[in-house]
Amino acid sequence: MSVVDYGYAVWAPLIWIIALVVIGVMVLIWRSRGQKSYKKGTAQTDIFLSGAKVPPEEERHVKSENIYWGFFESLKELYGAMMRPHTGIVNDYLLWFVGVLAVTVAILVLAG
Amino acid sequence: MDSLITHSPALIVALPLLAAFAIPLINRAGPRVRDIFNLVIFGFIAFLVAILAVDVYSVGIHVYTFGATAAELALPGGYTVPVRIMFEVDGMSIFMGIIITTVTLAALIYSLQFLKGRTGQARFYSLMMLLYAGMMGLAFTGDMFNLFVFLEIASIAGAGLAAYRTNMADAIEGGFKYIVISAVSALLVLFAIGILYAQYNVLSIAALAHYMQYTTLDMMALGLLGGAFVMKLAGVPLHMWAPDTYTVAPAGTTPMILAASYTAMYALYRMTFSLYGGHIDTTAIGWIVIIVGVLSMFIGVMMAVHQTDIKRMMAYHAISQGGYMLLGLGVGLAVIADPVALANYGRDAMNGGIFHIINHVFYKALLFMTAEAIFFRIGIRDTNKMGGLARNMKWTTAFYIIGALAISGIPPLNGFASKLLIYESVLRFNPVLSVIAMFVSLVTLASFAKVFYSAFTGPPMPAYKEVKEVPKSMIIGMSILAVLIIFFGLFPGLIVNTIVAPATEALINQASYINAVMGALP
Repeated sequence: MSVVDYGYAVWAPLIWIIALVVIGVMVLIWRSRGQKSYKKGTAQTDIFLSGAKVPPEEERHVKSENIYWGFFESLKELYGAMMRPHTGIVNDYLLWFVGVLAVTVAILVLAG
Repeated sequence: MDSLITHSPALIVALPLLAAFAIPLINRAGPRVRDIFNLVIFGFIAFLVAILAVDVYSVGIHVYTFGATAAELALPGGYTVPVRIMFEVDGMSIFMGIIITTVTLAALIYSLQFLKGRTGQARFYSLMMLLYAGMMGLAFTGDMFNLFVFLEIASIAGAGLAAYRTNMADAIEGGFKYIVISAVSALLVLFAIGILYAQYNVLSIAALAHYMQYTTLDMMALGLLGGAFVMKLAGVPLHMWAPDTYTVAPAGTTPMILAASYTAMYALYRMTFSLYGGHIDTTAIGWIVIIVGVLSMFIGVMMAVHQTDIKRMMAYHAISQGGYMLLGLGVGLAVIADPVALANYGRDAMNGGIFHIINHVFYKALLFMTAEAIFFRIGIRDTNKMGGLARNMKWTTAFYIIGALAISGIPPLNGFASKLLIYESVLRFNPVLSVIAMFVSLVTLASFAKVFYSAFTGPPMPAYKEVKEVPKSMIIGMSILAVLIIFFGLFPGLIVNTIVAPATEALINQASYINAVMGALP
């Protein structure tokens, strides 16, 4: 019931979960053998920003638009090309529709 | 019970249709009575779908002819072609029926408290029932004209639901765009039906498939049908309406409009496999489907990761995930004429594509519901202004994590099971396509991690310190989908063997679809 077997590949989620639990237990055991001198709520856990003033808690959250900034910056041209057709104007959507229909019908008639 | 099974296809469409018109009247007795009526009637419809599914999986194709002396009598005495309106429910139709019914049930429960205090609730539920009837009719119909009729019913109801929140300007715009693209698509479907009817004088899909001569006009009709359905299912480059519409539709109905898009995908499969079948150049058509699929996957995910509106991001992901389904089915179609390739990997690719439809509808419905749960509580969709919501909305956060992991193809959730089937089988057809599919999954994970970080984690925002978890009915609606996602992930073998493989078989085996109506006619 659980296993998908299609000749050249097998996927058994229950076995995967058992393996995950075993690995999890091993990680926990390893973690329990770690450094014990950590003290929560002391200077040990304070944020250090190279001496700069740490902003208040609610201002420290990184905004969504800043996440993956480098990725978008390096793909600026690709994004420019992808954004251009997304005009939000329904007339443009229908123009695309007409174009795609013409190409599809031509291919099918020629290949048919 | 036998009579109920026999008439179940008609009842499954007729009951929600009647309920849609009864709801405004019942609403006069009070919202509580209306809600109980909705749940009872839909519970009964779900029961009918269940018994019909058992019948189709155990007996075979269920033909229902309206007005015949016996419901299964497709051809009237002395006739060689079917003339009556007819439903033909096979493995693929009932597969869509199961998806549509489950999502509608979750949406109905979710909406009970989501809509509390809002005006126009009776109209909302009426449209919901109409949309359900339209989708089920489209999945069950055995004739081309009613395919058009049910497509129209679903489109009009979907547009009404998308524009339900009339106090939001973008909702009206989203509804307007949906009806424009739906009306133009439906018009072309009607034009294609006209071309076919003019040549063969029949409207039954099985009869048309039986008599099809594959003329140039037939190929033009296929092009029109294909283009119209790709527009409705939001395949790239005809996808641009989807983010505008999905983003603004109220929570419960976004998954239903999404399911309506996949009903259009079903119609596309029905046309390419059951109507035109293996007598055309399936390699060319398969490659067209594959190209649309790959473009949808790639452009959908790249646009999604860039979004800061949580629902718009999810809408682009819906386009991207649709690409996986098209890829799987496209590979199946491309090799359908090659029995060896079909047996080696084509059937698995189709299984993967079809399995991904049900998986995606469930986790995307859940994700849309979590997005609306956030909107329900804080009134914004902009992830730039969110943060720390996991502290106060623990259930919503848990459901978001389940949905996000499932859509990213993280084992052991359902998305992984279907994506693995697609990766492995497509790899044997063309490794480049498989690599693209894996890359898209990676960007999907990155995209959902971004929203998880910005909306749910981080320090508590002063504006959201008093935010509470959503009401119980919304949690129950999301729970139904979360449980199904986990169950489908843990028991993929059961799902593939029980409901996915019969759907694939129904598409591949064109002869059985034709024979169920035409019998042994020459």
